[in-house]
Amino acid sequence: MTKSELIARLTTRYPQLVAKDAELAVKTILDAMGKSLAQGRRIEIRGFGSFDLNYRPPRTGRNPKSGSKVEVPEKFVPHFKAGKELRERVDELE
Amino acid sequence: MTLTKADLADLLFDKVGLNKREAKDMVEAFFEEIRTALAQGDSVKLSGFGNFQLRDKPQRPGRNPKTGEEIPISARRVVTFHASQKLKGLVEVHYAKQQQRRSDQ
Repeated sequence: MTKSELIARLTTRYPQLVAKDAELAVKTILDAMGKSLAQGRRIEIRGFGSFDLNYRPPRTGRNPKSGSKVEVPEKFVPHFKAGKELRERVDELE
Repeated sequence: MTLTKADLADLLFDKVGLNKREAKDMVEAFFEEIRTALAQGDSVKLSGFGNFQLRDKPQRPGRNPKTGEEIPISARRVVTFHASQKLKGLVEVHYAKQQQRRSDQ
């Protein structure tokens, strides 16, 4: 499912809403989630999961093409942990 | 401090002009559509944010950490999230800003 399919499904679910509203809602939610993580603020959605930042220490990497060493600075990377309901639903027998 | 569904609903009220009830329902529906797609075995690709994918893990040996008893961990399907380059970039900017603040102090 892509973002545009998600928008289409929400539009079908709420026929009383204008299609543009579903599109703006999806963009607003994703934008807010991205900005939250960009500020180092975690996200917790009950029944879905949580998004945190994980620390990655600096390391010496290699350019796979040339084989030369590159210093990779320390950084934070986004991390998702599925919540109980999501975990259980994806693992149900088909 | 943590971003929650209530915060997202407030944003939909302010920015999209949905009423409080619609905003709350829309946030719930947003996550429910993603859960439904994943439960049906369909991966979810949200461009600019990231992809939710499914992985089938085989059974592996495990242990009860309290008793030390060996119990197999059953085969299962799990959700993994891969942040987009855009989201990874945004998060690295946060790190750079934090460093800036530290050096300013």
